[in-house]
Parts: sequence; structure tokens; C-alpha cells
Amino acid sequence: MFEASELNLRNHRVQRLYKLLFLLMTLLLIVPVMLILGTLIAKGGSVISIDFLFTSPTDGMTAGGLFPALFGTVWLVAVALLISVPLGIAAAIYLSEYAGNNWFTRIINLAIINLAGVPSIVHALFGVGAFVLFFGFGTSILAASLTLAIMTLPVVIVATRESLQAVPYAFREACWNMGATRWQTIRRVVLPNAISGILTGVILEVSRTSGETAPIMFTGAVFFTPFLPQGIFDQTMAMSLHLFVVSTQVPGVPENLPYGVALVLIAMVLLMNSISIVFRTWLRGKKKW
Amino acid sequence: MVAAMPTTASASDPQQAPVKLAVRDLTIKYGNTTALGNVSLEIREHEIFGIIGPANAGKTSFLKSLNRMNTFNSNMQVEGDILFNGLNIRQLKNIYALRSRIGVVFPLPVGLPLTIYENVALAPRLSGLKNKAELDVIVERCLTRAALWDEVKDRLDSLGSLLSGGQQQRLTIARALSQEPEVLMLDEFSIAVDPVTTMRIEDVLKELKHEMTIILVTNLVQQARRLAGRTAFFLNGECVEIGETEDLFTGEVKDARTRDYVEGRFG
Repeated sequence: MFEASELNLRNHRVQRLYKLLFLLMTLLLIVPVMLILGTLIAKGGSVISIDFLFTSPTDGMTAGGLFPALFGTVWLVAVALLISVPLGIAAAIYLSEYAGNNWFTRIINLAIINLAGVPSIVHALFGVGAFVLFFGFGTSILAASLTLAIMTLPVVIVATRESLQAVPYAFREACWNMGATRWQTIRRVVLPNAISGILTGVILEVSRTSGETAPIMFTGAVFFTPFLPQGIFDQTMAMSLHLFVVSTQVPGVPENLPYGVALVLIAMVLLMNSISIVFRTWLRGKKKW
Repeated sequence: MVAAMPTTASASDPQQAPVKLAVRDLTIKYGNTTALGNVSLEIREHEIFGIIGPANAGKTSFLKSLNRMNTFNSNMQVEGDILFNGLNIRQLKNIYALRSRIGVVFPLPVGLPLTIYENVALAPRLSGLKNKAELDVIVERCLTRAALWDEVKDRLDSLGSLLSGGQQQRLTIARALSQEPEVLMLDEFSIAVDPVTTMRIEDVLKELKHEMTIILVTNLVQQARRLAGRTAFFLNGECVEIGETEDLFTGEVKDARTRDYVEGRFG
């Protein structure tokens, strides 16, 4: 009664084949990640030391460390976040909580999607035109961070909007029915429950911002400077540009030095991501419905 | 205002009570669709006013129009007049105050993701009350009136959204009572609640009737019979009939559809 028919057996074989296929595809995804990390560690690992992290490049950038670049990237990312996070969250709150479904909102949404699709080199040229020249900030951290902020704004807006919308509508209605204003509702109920998603967006932005090269190379990051930036109107070195420079622009760089720079850059991003994942897991543990 | 009542007069108490809410020619539309057409009725103080009817009858839209929740839905247009204590709510400057005088309980329990204490204290806090001792009193009184205090008094700091469905619904009622509302609107409150809890809440409502006016939307006709003094029957956006609840159930109806619905022939 329960013996397998020819068709059953075939279905079973086919189903196993597909499972294997999907598994293979998934494993294939890991390969590039492993190769990149493996190569970086194998070739650049020997370069990494406390000195490498905390000294300046020497001998025409063929030796020494990368401290000015590391320091500069922290500056650039921090200033970019200070600009884009409040702006992005505010815009997302408006779009999710206040805006009606009309042509105005649709145009804004379209603009955000398009902003996300603009190539980074175009952002770079926009940054030169708008911030460096028009506003007269010169090539400075401020101009570079503004360019980065505009480029990554869609990431923050979309992530925030999604996480706001994930908060059940019934919570809002319950508050409104009690006589709460929209803002009271957002402040007391919606935002506290959307915070982990918003954080995800911010972290994604950090990863992207610290790795971008094109938007900063004309707006604020420099090839080499012996000085650390003292304020937002100074120029600075940056990790991503430094990597580009030591890889292609300077003769006589030892082979493993660029790998070391890349390793530090990727480690920085991974570190930020891990911190955020831990933090988010902790927040989700307190998930409230 | 009382003069326009279309129902048969009866000797029971609510008929003499002052009018709490008067609705005149109320029409509610969503875009081009009419959800409720031309409803006129009056709800008196300290009565439980039942509204029965199948899905899509316009019951929930009716409730939403009473505390002007249509301001949150640009697609919802409300025509006609609604008088709360004789004041036209369309002309009210402070609709937040109106909403705080009308407590609302939804079909599905909504325990806000706050502590049990904060769920009840939220509305008083939002309207500016900061004194902890006063809030404590409000929380205890509202939870007691909602028949939930004994079950949660030892864990007021745990999350309201993690209570069981029946407890959350009583929490919702406690929250609705936290601002001493003059009107309590319940929209099919028992839909996600077990029968025992339903009966407990019904007992609560019978008590609350002495302090406030209650509007009970339900699709359980027997629930309307148990609780409501007068009942309106809504069908497909039309208010078919308003009458003494007992009249509707004993067949003294003006419209045959009411009898058919009450007796369970459709709906």
C-alpha cells in the first residue's frame, strides 16, 4: 500500500537534486568573501602592527603606517553621519507618519530612489560644484562629508521608513483614539519600537561611507598630508583613497602594504557591523510584541 | 433635540435621560463608496446603545466619525452633524480633548508595547499629569474597574503586549477608562476573547453604565440583547431600524430585515 511508485521515486530524486543545487549556489556566495578575506589576511596580515595603525606614512608613502588616513576616515564618517542621520530620520518620519498618499509624496519617493541610483562619481562632481565651489567650503572634510551624506541619505531614509512601517498600525490608532497627537504617538510608541531597524540603516551607511572613494577624492580627501585635520574645514587623508593611492599611484610600494591597508579598512567595517549586530540582537531580545 | 426620535417611545429610564450624542444625517464615504448613508440617531446618557449588523454595515465607520478619527484618513469623508453634549464636533477646536472624553476599545486587543502600568498611565501622562501618586491611583482604579487588577497587580512592570488576549482586551478597556471618558465605544470587543472573559467584560460594562454612556458595536445579536437598552440595526450602510432592544427581539419591528437578521436567517 505504501510502496513507492516510479513517479514517487522520480519526484524524490528531482527534489534532492534541487536541494543540492540551491545549497551549492548558497555556498558559492561564501567563496568570494572567503577569498577576499583570506588573501587580505595572508598577504597583508604581516604588515599589521600597532605602529602601522598609529604612525604616518614615510619614505614617499612606501613605508610607515596609515594613521592619518584612519583618523581622517573616522572624521569623514562621523561628520557625514551627523548630517545624514538626523536629516534622513526626519524625512523618513515625515514620509511614513505624516505624508498623505499623493503626487507630492510619490515624487519625493521617486527622488529618493533616483538618489540611491546615482553613481558615486556623479555625486562627487555634484559635491565639487555645490559644496567646494558654490558654498565655498573648499576641499574640506565638510564638503566631503556633505557629499557622502547626500549619497547615503537614501539608505537611512529607506531603512528608517521600513522600520517605522513595521510598527503595527493598531498601536498608532490606539494612541490617536486616546487623544494623542501624531507627534506624541511617534515619540512614545512608534520610534521606540522602530529603533533597531533605524540602527541597521545607520550601520549600513557607516559601512558604505567608510569605503567610498570617488565622492571624497575631489571634495576633501588628499593624496598625502603630514598634518592631522584640526577641524571640518581642513583637508584630510582617508583610508579608501589611501588604498587607491598606494595601490596604483606611488612607485615602489612593497607588495603587502596595500593589502595591509585594505585589511584595516575591511576590519574597521566588519567591526562596526559586528558591534551593531550585537546591539541589534540585544534590542530585538527586548522586542515587545 | 430629543424631539426627533423616530422610535416608539417607551417608559424605560434612558428615554428620559439627556441626549449625549446626537447624529443628524450622517453620511460617510470612502472616495466614491458610501459606507454609511443618512443616519440620524440619538444616544442618551448612561445607556448602553447597541449597534448590530453584519460586516460592511458601516458600524466601525460610524464609531470613527464620532471621535473624528477621519482626520487621520484623508480618504474618509464625513457629512452631516454630530453633536456631543450639544456641541457640534466639527466646530471643536480641540479634537484631542474630544477624543480623550471618548474611550475606544477595538475588536483585536491592542496592548501597547509598554508596561502594564504605562499602558494605563499613558493617556493621563500625555495630557500633562506627572504626579506619580495620582497616576498610581488612576492605574489601580482603572485596572480594577476593568476586572484585571487582581491578575496583574504584582507585575505592573511587565509588558502589556505579552498578556493573554483576554487580559489585553481588559487592559485596553482599563486604558480607555484612564481619562474618565464620558462615552465608551466598544467595537466588537469579544471577537478575540474567550467566552468567560467576554462575560466578565459584560459584567464590567453593566457597572460602567452607571458612570458613562456606552456604545456597543457587536455582531453577536445575543450580546446586544444581554446589554443594550436600545439597539440600532445597520445593514449595508443603512440604518434599518432603531428601537428598544427587547422590541427587536420579540418581533416588534418595522422592517422585516431586522427580524430576519435577529433571528439568524442571514448575516
